[in-house]
Amino acid sequence: MYTADTAAHHDHAHGAPRGIMRWLTSTNHKDIGTLYLWFSLFMFFFAGALAMLIRAELFQPGLQLFQPAVFNQLTTMHGLIMIFGAIMPSLVGFANWQVPLMIGASDMAFPRLNNWSFWLLPAAGLLLIATFFVPGGAIAGGWTMYPPLYIQGGVAYDMSILAIHILGISSIMGAINIIVTILNLRAPGMTLMKMPLFVWTWLITAFLLVAVMPVLACAITMLLTDRHFGTHFFDAAGGGDAVMFQHLFWFFGHPEVYIMILPAFGIVSTIIPTFARKPLFGYVSMVYAVASIAFLSFIVWAHHMFTTGMPVGGQLFFMYTTMLIAIPTGVKVFNWVATLWRGSITFETPMLFALAFVFLFTIGGFSGLVLSLVPVDIQLQDTYYVVAHFHYVLFSGSAMAIMGGIYYWLPKWTGHMYDETLGKIHFWLTAIAFNITFFPMHFLGLAGMPRRIPDYALQFADFNMISSLGGFLLGASQLLFLYTVIKCVRGGAPAGNKPWDGADTLEWTQTSPPPYHSFVTPPQIKLVRGRSHANAR
Amino acid sequence: MSTPAIPSLPTPNHRRLVGRLLLVVALSFGFGFALVPLYDAFCVVTGLNGKTAGAAKGIGIGGIQQQVAAAPSPIDKGRIVTVEFIGTVMPGLPWDMQPLISKLDLHPGELQQAMYRVHNRSDQPIVGQAIPSVSPGLAAQYFHKLDCFCFAQQTLAPGETKDLPLTFIVKPEIDRDIRTITLAYAFFKAADSKSATKRVATR
Ligand code: HEM
Ligand SMILES: [Cu+2]
Repeated sequence: MYTADTAAHHDHAHGAPRGIMRWLTSTNHKDIGTLYLWFSLFMFFFAGALAMLIRAELFQPGLQLFQPAVFNQLTTMHGLIMIFGAIMPSLVGFANWQVPLMIGASDMAFPRLNNWSFWLLPAAGLLLIATFFVPGGAIAGGWTMYPPLYIQGGVAYDMSILAIHILGISSIMGAINIIVTILNLRAPGMTLMKMPLFVWTWLITAFLLVAVMPVLACAITMLLTDRHFGTHFFDAAGGGDAVMFQHLFWFFGHPEVYIMILPAFGIVSTIIPTFARKPLFGYVSMVYAVASIAFLSFIVWAHHMFTTGMPVGGQLFFMYTTMLIAIPTGVKVFNWVATLWRGSITFETPMLFALAFVFLFTIGGFSGLVLSLVPVDIQLQDTYYVVAHFHYVLFSGSAMAIMGGIYYWLPKWTGHMYDETLGKIHFWLTAIAFNITFFPMHFLGLAGMPRRIPDYALQFADFNMISSLGGFLLGASQLLFLYTVIKCVRGGAPAGNKPWDGADTLEWTQTSPPPYHSFVTPPQIKLVRGRSHANAR
Repeated sequence: MSTPAIPSLPTPNHRRLVGRLLLVVALSFGFGFALVPLYDAFCVVTGLNGKTAGAAKGIGIGGIQQQVAAAPSPIDKGRIVTVEFIGTVMPGLPWDMQPLISKLDLHPGELQQAMYRVHNRSDQPIVGQAIPSVSPGLAAQYFHKLDCFCFAQQTLAPGETKDLPLTFIVKPEIDRDIRTITLAYAFFKAADSKSATKRVATR
């Protein structure tokens, strides 16, 4: 188990109680951050293994390994676990470790609540994984949980509803904790506009979570009562409407994709100035861009529903608002590039990930823009083009920013430098394999290959084989990531307080690893440069 | 747990902030449920979700007939609209269902009739309810059913086969772009078999 694992590796931390109880009862933001990160890494590998099975089945046309019902379970669980088990918890792990350190707080506002937020996750994770072993198998209607399929399934569907409720409660508790920490526990002198951008992105993300997780909870509660208690919210038999579920789901779902990308923006906005050795260009516009993306994310949801028979007026409204999001997103990309402009850039592993993020996320943004065009989307909806789009924004976006962030802060968290050579190999393997896997999917989608199918027409065979080969390489490369992380946790060159000379946020004023209780007395922000990279050096 | 004392934090305003955040959580949870009636109201006003008036609002045959009588529409001989018929039996109802004609060409404004043949495969009397849906959704408000088996629950005796009629008009005001309308019925199991037995017995 990862807890025993990490316990063994963290003996050096000061003042921490020892043994398994440390991890079960810990209320320390660093311990809990570590738990979140290990949990998400485990789930990342579990859902990644499902992806390997998906690519193995799609390696050739025809049904080789799985019956369609099983294949649908694989795609559904891959998506659900990656989103709720890997990406979201790892970003919360970053928040736990970094938010108190970056604002000069000694811990999160509600440490005990924090412990609960985490320990709900393994329960939900187990429940999700266990669905593979119940009669009827795991849920198979897609991660979007559309009725009527979701109302008709077996016991796995109830288990997944329970698991998602638990995950939602955990997220809401975590988000409240983060908001209170940021708003109430900043060190004296750290005004909101002096906060590092990572903290800003998490503040806004936490507000998104508080606003939309309850809507998801509400939608899946209705699914549950439709299943068992004779209601007919979505069941046409009683005058319900299945399309209404889509509205509810995507009212949650689109803000949810920004919940997964905004903290990643924050990580990248921290890494790029460090290695360009320049303050972040346009700090204030970055804050406003994040806020306006968050606001817009509430009024674009039906771009996922262009083919449900909307009137033209509705299609136009959602098309234009969706395209509008490209503007603040473009502002961010522009600012990152402008930060690089005339910087004295070095290419350590975190920087490589951040640069790849800027480039590949932009491709994902553009394919999103293509999909926002109604006449195009009517052709491309539910094809591999959509799969390509969201993997460019979620893998080369969120996941690669997370990996970059791990390399960036591992020296701070563990006190050891990671192996730079291995890190770079991991980066190049990931970046190349990622593109081999997902770039051909654009063409598959344009040529009409539908998503969520175990078999396909012969003309798609070549690109699918390429894609599968890339996928296997991508999966294998992540084992190198695991190895590099474990190696760094176990030992390595001492990192010193500040291994990155261009970094200027508060955590680098602490030892590496930071004392178990850091900032017991709040730092003076006038002395340390509080506003992340905002002051020229 | 033996942790060194953490200096007291400025806690007083925590409670108020948490209170407000919990209020947001409660409001958005409530908002999700409030969407249900809002959504229905919106669909009734705009007729967007493909529900035809009679069944969706539960208006009896009389209501519809009055409406039609009040606004007799001339027949638009100038164009032809194709109406396709589909029937599905939902899980849990051991019936078969099939339209007798799968499609019909008509002039908007013409009174037309179509038939579905249903058969009860079980040895139980069963009550079913058909739910119609019209696509494209925008055509629904121009698809007027004068009489339809979906206006009432249908009871089939064990092994019984029945032809269920529907009479309808496609109103000539329908958008010229719409040349094909699909009328889909889903038959659901309605009531428990006890009341079904009674109904078969009293027939
Ligand atoms: C410029 C920004 C973006 C635009 C214009 C955009 C637009 C769209 C559109 C129109 C669709 C619907 C495609 C369809 O189903 O036919 C879509 C799907 C999707 N997008 Fe984006 N998107 C953007 C950014 C993002 C980001 C940042 C993320 C996540 C980090 C994301 C994640 C997704 C996902 C997961 C789906 C597929 C959902 C599903 O059906 O399973 N998108 N996007
Ligand atoms: Cu979206």
